[in-house]
Amino acid sequence: MLSTLYAVLFYVATILLIVGTGMKVLKYAKTPAPLKIPVSPAPRTKKGVVLRMGREVTLFQSLFKSNRWIWIFAILFHYGMLLVLLRHLRYFTQPVWWWVELVQPFGVYAGFIMVAGLAGLLFRRIFVNRIRYISSPSDYLMLLLIIGIGVTGLGMKFLMPVDILAVKTFFLGLMRFEINPLPMHFGLLLHLGLVAILMIIFPISKLMHAPGLFFAPSRTQVDNAREFRHLSAWAAQLPPLPEAIPDAEEK
Amino acid sequence: MAPLDKNTDEAPKIVGDPFKIPDMECGAMADTHTFEAAPEHNEPLGFPGELVDNWKEVAIAKMGELAEKNRAFKVYLDTCVKCGACTDKCHYFLGSGDPKNMPVARQDLLRSVYRRYYTFAGRNFPWLVGARDLTKEVLDEWYTYYHQCSQCRRCSVACPYGIDTAEISMAAREILDSVGVGQKYCNEIIAKLKKTGNNLGLNPKALRATLEDLEEDLEDETGIAVKLPLDVKGADILLITPSADFFAEPHIDGLLGYAKVFHAAGVSWTISSYASEAANFGMFIGSYENMREVSWRIRQAAKDLGVKRIIFGECGHAWRVGYSFLNTLAGPFDFLDQNYPIPQHIMEFTSDALDEGILKIDKSRNDEFRMTYHDSCNVARGSAMGRKEGGQFDLPRKVLKAVCNHFYDMEQDTIRENTFCCGGGGGLLTDDLMDLRIKGAKPRMTALQQVSEDHGVTHMAAICAICKTQFSKVMPKYGYEMDSIMSVHQLVANAVILDGQVDDDDEDDD
Ligand code: HEM
Ligand code: SF4
Ligand code: SF4
Ligand code: SF4
Repeated sequence: MLSTLYAVLFYVATILLIVGTGMKVLKYAKTPAPLKIPVSPAPRTKKGVVLRMGREVTLFQSLFKSNRWIWIFAILFHYGMLLVLLRHLRYFTQPVWWWVELVQPFGVYAGFIMVAGLAGLLFRRIFVNRIRYISSPSDYLMLLLIIGIGVTGLGMKFLMPVDILAVKTFFLGLMRFEINPLPMHFGLLLHLGLVAILMIIFPISKLMHAPGLFFAPSRTQVDNAREFRHLSAWAAQLPPLPEAIPDAEEK
Repeated sequence: MAPLDKNTDEAPKIVGDPFKIPDMECGAMADTHTFEAAPEHNEPLGFPGELVDNWKEVAIAKMGELAEKNRAFKVYLDTCVKCGACTDKCHYFLGSGDPKNMPVARQDLLRSVYRRYYTFAGRNFPWLVGARDLTKEVLDEWYTYYHQCSQCRRCSVACPYGIDTAEISMAAREILDSVGVGQKYCNEIIAKLKKTGNNLGLNPKALRATLEDLEEDLEDETGIAVKLPLDVKGADILLITPSADFFAEPHIDGLLGYAKVFHAAGVSWTISSYASEAANFGMFIGSYENMREVSWRIRQAAKDLGVKRIIFGECGHAWRVGYSFLNTLAGPFDFLDQNYPIPQHIMEFTSDALDEGILKIDKSRNDEFRMTYHDSCNVARGSAMGRKEGGQFDLPRKVLKAVCNHFYDMEQDTIRENTFCCGGGGGLLTDDLMDLRIKGAKPRMTALQQVSEDHGVTHMAAICAICKTQFSKVMPKYGYEMDSIMSVHQLVANAVILDGQVDDDDEDDD
């Protein structure tokens, strides 16, 4: 019964995540940028922009320059999470890909690192005046949600082990549209429930920063306005202005 | 080990710390409300004269329209994670302590309303995501705080996603204009420009008289007939320069500098009375249509005069529109000489002239000045110069070092792409915002005091008309003479020696 409920939950969550995020991304891609607004000094070539974005995505370059503490916690959290996610691929692959095997031992520590990073961010959000001022309830809840996922996950690893073979059978089954029994384990149900919530809210929350980053004109535009004319479709439709100076204004 | 948070840097400071984060003081700037425009200022720009009855619907619809028409607006409203990295980057926050002057808080004034009407979470759970209804109080708050942003983009450099508060405040001003709440300073000026071709309302006759006076001054000084041509058909170069260059100090001295450089280079050039203004206030109010109309005059003047090249004088905001937008707004410029950048900056021209050895320079003529350089933020973060990335920082420094012996930079994190705004940009250079302007200048002034302390710097050069006016007003509040701010081409003018030049001193010797 509960297995079926969770199966449905994950199908719904996956659809919402993919369709919702996809629609938003499509919207971003379709919305025109009327002017060239790269924040300079900006690369003069496409290749330069790819490198700039590469540094932003992998190193959080701007954040590194602007706030070292946030950067440290952000890197711990995001890279921790990346390893944890990669480690989770073993629940969805049979046989497990070799490089996912390779990640396994690191993945365990990554869980702690991720939670530590999140705790640091939460601490700043609560105790740094300026950041508390700009925070809404959702900002705290988002951190608590991911900390919750991390802590229940670590709990299953170290305190109250769960039958992971059964879990894997459940997820492999879902991928073939079969519903297998999920172990009735409180920690597991909580962990999976929180993950489903995260997936569902992804497209309607600030988590859209991940795809949004690739659509910020201030960072993704090439600095070549003088060489190439940039014109948006709606601006091209504006009524033409006279080429000659109007007579009344002739000196 | 050095402390990690730059802003808690304990390193000994003689003067003060430009990055010092003030104690937060809610509402500190809530009463700083720049004068609102009258109907005769709004209407020529295509806006309703005064607040329309159904302003709420109009404003909400306009917000939706902008989200459809401008990717930056849409993406920036969605992607902020409230990380806080930008919170200590705005000079108005550093100077005033009002938390609504923190960039992300400034964005949130509008984002909260956007969420309420255009997002699932805000429509259904407003309390959860800090969404709020649009009310008259909110509209007033927008007016107040979106006119406390100089659109300098310093916050965008700090943000991991490049979120540019300038884009949000331009959009906010456009929404305000669309319901009939304009700002007097900007809208009055744009209306004036549409009538006379410049922000001052200077007519062609007055302009000609001014230029003739300046020619006389130049001849008295050098003994050479250096020209300031106006409306000369068939000239090679059209100079587009801020109208402040015709009458304000130290701007005029910059204009004389361009004239000397052009003279020395032996090029033919002209100013246009129809497009006698480089600054484009359409940018400040975020109005594409107004910005386009203002820039279009440059195209018309270039065609009318039959010039081959366009060169911009020293003006930060003008250069952002010139470099980044002109091709979009008034292009394509296929009728101009394609061998030169269109448009070109006077700094690029002078830098090339120096490289080619065309200019005869006597650096010692600037020995009385110990210089530093203020990177104007619109040049620094909204445009570029030369062929190499970062030319907008290197070219002015190269020119300065070529014409004076004593040059020292201010602290690294206050110059180049991290430069602090002068405090008067983005349509805030009006007397009714003087308190804000003085507070906003504080980080820049503190960095200047430091370099004065360390290297005996006496003067600061800039290449933005607004910066120059702003500094000449606020420097006295920070212990400097009002003429401590100089044009870069003023220093060039001092040092250039024209062929056949006869100096006052030389005459004395005779
Ligand atoms: C392209 C991939 C991504 C990049 C480049 C990226 C980058 C960043 C950066 C620079 C920050 C700001 C610093 C901070 O507060 O931590 C941030 C915050 C955050 N990211 Fe990501 N991120 C990515 C993917 C994700 C994903 C997939 C999640 C989903 C769980 C996520 C969750 C968060 C959260 C919750 C915060 C806010 C932390 C806080 O409240 O302070 N990120 N991200
Ligand atoms: S653009 Fe400049 S003035 Fe406006 S919020 Fe950002 S830092 Fe402040
Ligand atoms: S730095 Fe960017 S993401 Fe962080 S709070 Fe400021 S605007 Fe938001
Ligand atoms: S006046 Fe100068 S420093 Fe100030 S906003 Fe403009 S370019 Fe920037």
